[in-house]
Amino acid sequence: MESKPQISKHTQTKRTPEEYSKIVKSAHFQQLLREKKRFIIPFTIFFFCFYFALPILTSYTTFLNKPFYGSITWAWVLAFLQFVMTWAFCMIYYKKASKFDKLSEQVLAEKEGKL
Amino acid sequence: MNTAAFSMFLVIVAFTLMITYWASKKNKSASDFYTAGGGLTGWQNGMAIAGDYMSAASFLGIAGTIALAGFDGFFYSIGFLVAYLVVLFLVAEPLRNLGKYTFADMIAVRFNAKKIRGFAAFNTITISIFYMIAQLVGAGALIKLLLGIDFTTSVIIVGVLMTVYVIFGGMHATSWVQIIKAVLLMAGTFVISIIVLYKFNFSITAMYDQMKTATPLKDAFLNPGVKYKNGLDTLSLTMGLVLGTAGLPHILVRFFTVRDAKTARSSVVYATWIIGIFYVMTIFLGFGAAAFVGNSDIIAADKAGNMAAPLLAQALGGNMLFAFISAVAFATILAVVAGLVLTAASAFSHDFYNHILKKGKATEKQQVSMARYASIGISVLSIVLALFARNLNVAFLVSLAFAVAASANLPVILYTIYWKKFNTNGAIWAMVVGLVTSIGLVIVGPNVFSPVAGKAMFIGEPLYPYTTPGIISIPLGFIAGYVGTLVTRKSANQDDQVSYDEILVRSNTGMDTTM
Repeated sequence: MESKPQISKHTQTKRTPEEYSKIVKSAHFQQLLREKKRFIIPFTIFFFCFYFALPILTSYTTFLNKPFYGSITWAWVLAFLQFVMTWAFCMIYYKKASKFDKLSEQVLAEKEGKL
Repeated sequence: MNTAAFSMFLVIVAFTLMITYWASKKNKSASDFYTAGGGLTGWQNGMAIAGDYMSAASFLGIAGTIALAGFDGFFYSIGFLVAYLVVLFLVAEPLRNLGKYTFADMIAVRFNAKKIRGFAAFNTITISIFYMIAQLVGAGALIKLLLGIDFTTSVIIVGVLMTVYVIFGGMHATSWVQIIKAVLLMAGTFVISIIVLYKFNFSITAMYDQMKTATPLKDAFLNPGVKYKNGLDTLSLTMGLVLGTAGLPHILVRFFTVRDAKTARSSVVYATWIIGIFYVMTIFLGFGAAAFVGNSDIIAADKAGNMAAPLLAQALGGNMLFAFISAVAFATILAVVAGLVLTAASAFSHDFYNHILKKGKATEKQQVSMARYASIGISVLSIVLALFARNLNVAFLVSLAFAVAASANLPVILYTIYWKKFNTNGAIWAMVVGLVTSIGLVIVGPNVFSPVAGKAMFIGEPLYPYTTPGIISIPLGFIAGYVGTLVTRKSANQDDQVSYDEILVRSNTGMDTTM
């Protein structure tokens, strides 16, 4: 179908290290990094803690074996919440990332403008 | 010989070969072969990731483990899913922005040294082959049981098919086989889940109530601790699962089949939904098998419980459903092994042959034909190893591949993207230490040595007590990268790497992406 001319080696126009450093120092790029960090670091710490809470609690305590509803214990509830968390974080990130895209488009536009 | 199952197997084979024929006409360049020209949509790639990921170990293994050990089997489902947050937040987009065809490309963007590419390609091939052995052993056992064809012939049949898909169809065929398999697997699992729920009058609480008395474990079935009694053993397993996915080469290459980071991101989101729904349904497969097939029948068919899902299909829907589910399991194996062959062959052809041997000057034609030869070589090697490994536990081989991926690949990936000071030496230390310790700990561990005859390969006291190496080897991989970097900080090492500013700009914006 699409048989675009293929290039087999690294052929991008090579920028100098100084050019890259200049982009890194630009306000938009710094904002992009800040916004990303502000989202990714806390969310990553949270999901790791929440994830490891389950095996730690089931291995070293027994209180998750108490019933939640009928024969369903708290261990199962915590297990299902892992699924809920994964889907929810996935969608939150997806929403959030459109903001990152806008910022990175600004960085790219700025770059093109200067060339 | 089960005629219904046999005919459904033939339908799967015929259908996948048709896709391969169609795809073979699209394969024109190296980029087509390695990454389907980077032209998949987010939805297509999401399905293909799901199809690449939900292996026989997931479908057959988890269903069996939940059926036999209850809650502990569900640890696999949780870990395999939450792992996608690591992929989505930390790896997928920078990887797409920096790399081209293989995981080694991404590391090589920052570090020019040939040996870095070499180690990364070596890790890719090692991990893929381990994973493949697991799938082939599973395939051999399944076909033997279903069709009565002996193990060796079964493994060879699967091996020949996977080689044909890859050689003629490249990434186009591999992707579509994976997409179709994902649809079949979801449909099959959904049908079984609905029937299981129907049997419990669509009451989740009734299902849980009944599970308390349905198995020989009684109450304990619903509680953690049946299979994993040691806390550190459980942590080692769960750590390997959650961190392994983001280092599995055959999953990483899927991000090069889309055009940009944005599409890579949406494909992870689609994949996470599909994979999550599938893993929720593993509960119905496991509980259903425990309740309607019964512990003793599951064990009678296969000691590790791998036949629980097909047996459940038989108990619920008779021979036709049994045949269908078995064919789905077969398609599952084919799709996964094709992805693995392609990944390993790409690493050989693109990294070893083109970049190291030919210094990046091989022609398109040379690259593709080398990739084809490599596919044959990798397949033959895996088939031979699988024949030797026929008595090894399938789930163990898969968890080993995850632990090796998390120990040998993840540290170098994360440091390359996120750590400014990281250097060539650190990268090599991380990859070598991660690989050697993870495999070494398995060799001296309880899966290889057991004081009880017949439980492992050799009789003897294991030197390392836990079933998976992750809890030691993953931190060691990270520490090695850190220490390796610090001890060479001021040397001439800086010459063979690009500035971190370049990595920062390219990984975050997609500027100057090599397509």
